[in-house]
Amino acid sequence: MGSFSKKLERFWEVFYEYNGYQRVLTGLRNTVYIAVLGLVIGIIIGTLIAIVEVLPKYKRLPRILNGICRSYVGLFRGTPIVVQLLVAYYVVLPLIGVNLPSLQVCVIVFGLNSGAYVSEIMRSGIMSVDPGQLEAARAVGLSYRVSMMKVVIPQAVKNILPTLGNEFIVLIKETSVVSFVGAADLYVAFSYIGTNSYEFMVPYLVMALIYLVMVMAIAFLVRMMERSLRKSDRRN
Amino acid sequence: MIDVIDLKKSFGSLEVLRGITTTIKEGEKVAIIGPSGSGKSTFLRCLNCLEDPTSGSIIFEGVDIADMKVDINIHRRHMGMVFQQFNLFNNKTVLGNITLAPVYLGIHDLRVKQFKNFFIRIKNLFSRKKTPLYEITKTRRQIIDEANENAMRLLKRIGLEDKADAYPSTLSGGQKQRIAIIRSLAMNPKVMLFDEPTSALDPEMVKEVLDLIKQLADEGMTMVIVTHEMGFAREVATRVLFMDEGRIVEENTPQELFTNPQHPRTKEFLSKVL
Ligand SMILES: Nc1ncnc2c1ncn2[C@@H]1O[C@H](COP(=O)(O)OP(=O)(O)O)[C@@H](O)[C@H]1O
Ligand SMILES: [Mg+2]
Repeated sequence: MGSFSKKLERFWEVFYEYNGYQRVLTGLRNTVYIAVLGLVIGIIIGTLIAIVEVLPKYKRLPRILNGICRSYVGLFRGTPIVVQLLVAYYVVLPLIGVNLPSLQVCVIVFGLNSGAYVSEIMRSGIMSVDPGQLEAARAVGLSYRVSMMKVVIPQAVKNILPTLGNEFIVLIKETSVVSFVGAADLYVAFSYIGTNSYEFMVPYLVMALIYLVMVMAIAFLVRMMERSLRKSDRRN
Repeated sequence: MIDVIDLKKSFGSLEVLRGITTTIKEGEKVAIIGPSGSGKSTFLRCLNCLEDPTSGSIIFEGVDIADMKVDINIHRRHMGMVFQQFNLFNNKTVLGNITLAPVYLGIHDLRVKQFKNFFIRIKNLFSRKKTPLYEITKTRRQIIDEANENAMRLLKRIGLEDKADAYPSTLSGGQKQRIAIIRSLAMNPKVMLFDEPTSALDPEMVKEVLDLIKQLADEGMTMVIVTHEMGFAREVATRVLFMDEGRIVEENTPQELFTNPQHPRTKEFLSKVL
């Protein structure tokens, strides 16, 4: 136990007196930055794909667009995000001759990746609405588009919102690989502290706790949201 | 009012309707009976093109609505449809369920007329021959108020005016189905289509729904009703169609069809359900 308190002391020394905490804050900021922007981009892309997916399919153009979207979703769901990051940073960008800071590459890749997942979330959210709802709206003379906007999508949103919260949690956790392309996240900050205090036990323990607290806080918010959405179902 | 001519419908290789020809006249109450899977629902759903017919015609008020080129939304306004599973809009209150279509479509039509009038006015400025404007009788506000008043009047009629602000999830099956019926009525349909309106109800709620349908029948509403309630068909229908394997096997007045069925399959079916 004596050795643990010594470890704590060393950690604290580097964390506080040698400004390790500033790196931690930077890492935390980058993590949140990538996850939030990634989710925003993901929601935009996911919505566009979901719109393409609900378009009536008897014309040619929607079918072609749908095929493109399916390949996109398959591509990004079919490979690990680390691989996507590495390919984007070391293969695609050099090939097209673009030089971007690694943080921005991360935001783009996380956005593209979560777009694929968000589109699936939206698709299943829409599909879980009883088809009878659309039929009833069509039967009173509303067009397909209006029926979707006024009846189906408002109900789908209730299914979608909590799941988007879970997607955010996934993104937060997955940001822990961004150091592969040189972005400074929590892992980079705490391994800096570890290297400089010759001691890795406490830094990685603290890192784990920070992730855990973040995820639990978001999960709590998601549950609150779920509950308030469900309440409006029962309103009298 | 509705002329169905050689209507056929297939799902992939499954031929569900194999050529149906019949005429539904104004004021008629047509009951459709037959074994499960015989195509009764599919037939009813073809009448307002919820299923697109594979071939054949459905002439409603002089227009072949089976033709994919017609704007089916216009015609559906005049055909009410009531589903087995009620299908009230879960995200709308009872009042919202009833007024959604009248308000949305009313305002939509108003906007279209205003838009067209705008161009007619411009055209009239430059040409000697004046084109008459579309007549606009109601403002947006009046459309909404009227729809609300009409909905409340219909709710009063079924004794559910205190449920106007309730959500469907808080209602009983019988209440839901009666509201689904007046939701259709709010569009002033010329014909009402019912697909087993009481099959999903608990037994004690069947009567309230049948009573409402009977009232509509007595007021002269044209209706087509798929039902397993033989007593009801006998009492309300002016004509009964017996369907089997995608065809109308026999049709007659209820008295004749129930007491003196001609076709062996009708006899067999009736012996099972009566
Ligand atoms: N959307 C559909 N896709 C494929 N098959 C269908 C569909 N709707 C109905 N069917 C089939 O058509 C047949 C007739 O169905 P239906 O019209 O619902 O019969 P009924 O209402 O008389 O019980 C059944 O065999 C059913 O499985
Ligand atoms: Mg049926």
